Amino acid sequence: MNSKMLQYVLKRVLLALLTIWIVITVTFFVMHAVPGGPFIGEKAISKEAQAALEAKYGLDKPLMEQYTTYLKDIVTRFDFGPSLKQRGRMVTDIIADGMRTSAKLGVIAACIAAFIGIVLGAVAALRRNTVLDKTIMVITTAFVSMPSFIMGSLLLVLFSVTLKWVPANGASAGGLILPVITLALYPMAYITRLTRSSMLDVLGQDYIRTARAKGVSRRRIIFGHALKNSLIPVITYFGPMLAYITTGSMVVEQIFAVPGIGRQFVSSITNRDYTMIMGTTIFLATMIVIMNLVSDLLYKVVDPRIEFE
Amino acid sequence: MINMKKPFSLQLDPDAFRPATAEEKEYISRMRPSSTFFRDGWKRLMKNKVATVSMILIIVITLSCILIPLFWPYSYDAMLGVRPGKPVDSSFNNLAPFTYGKTELKRIEEGESVFPHIFGTDAHGRDYFIRIVFGTRISLAVGFFASIIVLLIGLIIGSIAGYAGGKVDLFIMRIVDIIYSLPDMLVIILLAVVLGRVLNLEGTILEKIGSNIISMFIVFGLLYWVSMARLIRGQILSLREQEYVLSARATGAKGSWIIRKHLLPNCISVIIISTALQIPNAIFTESFLSFLGLGVNAPMPSLGSLASDALNGLNTYTYRLIIPAAVICLIVLSLNLFGDGLRDAFDPKLNA
Repeated sequence: MNSKMLQYVLKRVLLALLTIWIVITVTFFVMHAVPGGPFIGEKAISKEAQAALEAKYGLDKPLMEQYTTYLKDIVTRFDFGPSLKQRGRMVTDIIADGMRTSAKLGVIAACIAAFIGIVLGAVAALRRNTVLDKTIMVITTAFVSMPSFIMGSLLLVLFSVTLKWVPANGASAGGLILPVITLALYPMAYITRLTRSSMLDVLGQDYIRTARAKGVSRRRIIFGHALKNSLIPVITYFGPMLAYITTGSMVVEQIFAVPGIGRQFVSSITNRDYTMIMGTTIFLATMIVIMNLVSDLLYKVVDPRIEFE
Repeated sequence: MINMKKPFSLQLDPDAFRPATAEEKEYISRMRPSSTFFRDGWKRLMKNKVATVSMILIIVITLSCILIPLFWPYSYDAMLGVRPGKPVDSSFNNLAPFTYGKTELKRIEEGESVFPHIFGTDAHGRDYFIRIVFGTRISLAVGFFASIIVLLIGLIIGSIAGYAGGKVDLFIMRIVDIIYSLPDMLVIILLAVVLGRVLNLEGTILEKIGSNIISMFIVFGLLYWVSMARLIRGQILSLREQEYVLSARATGAKGSWIIRKHLLPNCISVIIISTALQIPNAIFTESFLSFLGLGVNAPMPSLGSLASDALNGLNTYTYRLIIPAAVICLIVLSLNLFGDGLRDAFDPKLNA
């Protein structure tokens, strides 16, 4: 690792930290700009009870003090405070609970998407302009233009309501099949298109011609030269894919009633559970920022041609 | 014609000495009518069948969602079973397509003609077809205006950063970098939650549009301009080193003049293409937010909120989900294909 690279890594890490800090700050102040505060909506609450509640949650202190306490708690103890609506539970615990399901869902979906996407993309590129290639491209274009909630609802109608193959409730084991498919379809279609175009690009390169002229077998050209090099753009998609899967999981978990973090987030929005909204936003945002950072750095490592600016 | 068989005799063709007619003059002065950049691109666009069909589809959808409400006898928020002074007639709720409520059936027996409910009615007895039309109108309008906002902000900031360079550029690009690395959907949800409650629009013209849509525009304006600004900055950075910019500056042209008259027209194709591709993006986001219940305010439908409402009665009224879903897919798909066609037709780099 030379000094230029170190400098680049350092710069990116600092930018990521700055972004996370901004997310926390913006989230905090924006949420506190809501008029009335979190307890106004409660029915028939006396002045004293409200004051007691605010004292309990530290809402009676000056805003800047609340902010520094909040920031300190997150950094030192990863503590987002108690949930306002789910009595007696900490936001961190709720997030951890939800993440167990969501992470499982996300990882399986990402693996399926990457595997099928790369295979389909490579096949489409190698069989360029055939019926197979065109079919793959038409189907993936359709998938890319379909919002995840529509995809999820349609799958639900088809497989749970009409055919009754799988249960509609995502809490059971068999019920996770449809949410995983729904989450995987968009990134799969995207990776297919990405792999196809970069594979076509690589197949036109001189070193492929050289390899062919040397008499290297077709299999080695495809797997040793073409596929390996055409996967570089796919790696950059890793970060956005994670962002898609985490935000996509909000609607998907809502549709299939999966008890994951996305569903918690949506219900905290409808319940106006402010600490929960803040905690989940900050947590998910941090995760996305870190993953984007990792995939960016990885990209530079995999492709030595890229210069560090 | 000169007779080549007798090379030394001077043989003249008297026709060659006749004064030229107006037609011939025209022919000499212009070998063929010159073509502007737009006419060129337009021609290429028309040759692309997929893009043409998508464009026609978009125009048809847009026109029909503007024109149909003008003559349709039902309105999107009128609950047909509710009459002033009478108990609610629940026979109007959840009508299947082409069926009628009790009072309507009576009127048909009496020989009156009643306008059919093509897609039936929803759980509150509202004509579903007109709700779909209105939802499409809202979604298209959000997509269109959001892209315009993004375009304007991105254009101004991007061209300033690109033209000014130096510290101004560095400062703006740092901000762009940070906004770019923010997870957009989460910030949009957060802002939509809060702005929907903070904004007080009572008594203004904007009240009718609803605070949620306004907050959506604000959010788009705040977040999505960055990629447009980046794009335009990059274009301008490469263009401002051109000689004609130097000559304009040498003759004393001001910065804003150079940007408006020389630099922006030269990156117009990039601007058009990315604005066109921004529209489906905004429609996507709008339907996503509406689906989460953060989109349009209650009686107003949007395609996302219609799909989300349909989830409750999914087993019995599947078509209520299928219809808005199909419309969204159709709009987004044709806008995407049209945008791709625009890029192929107008991107000068691809023509070379």
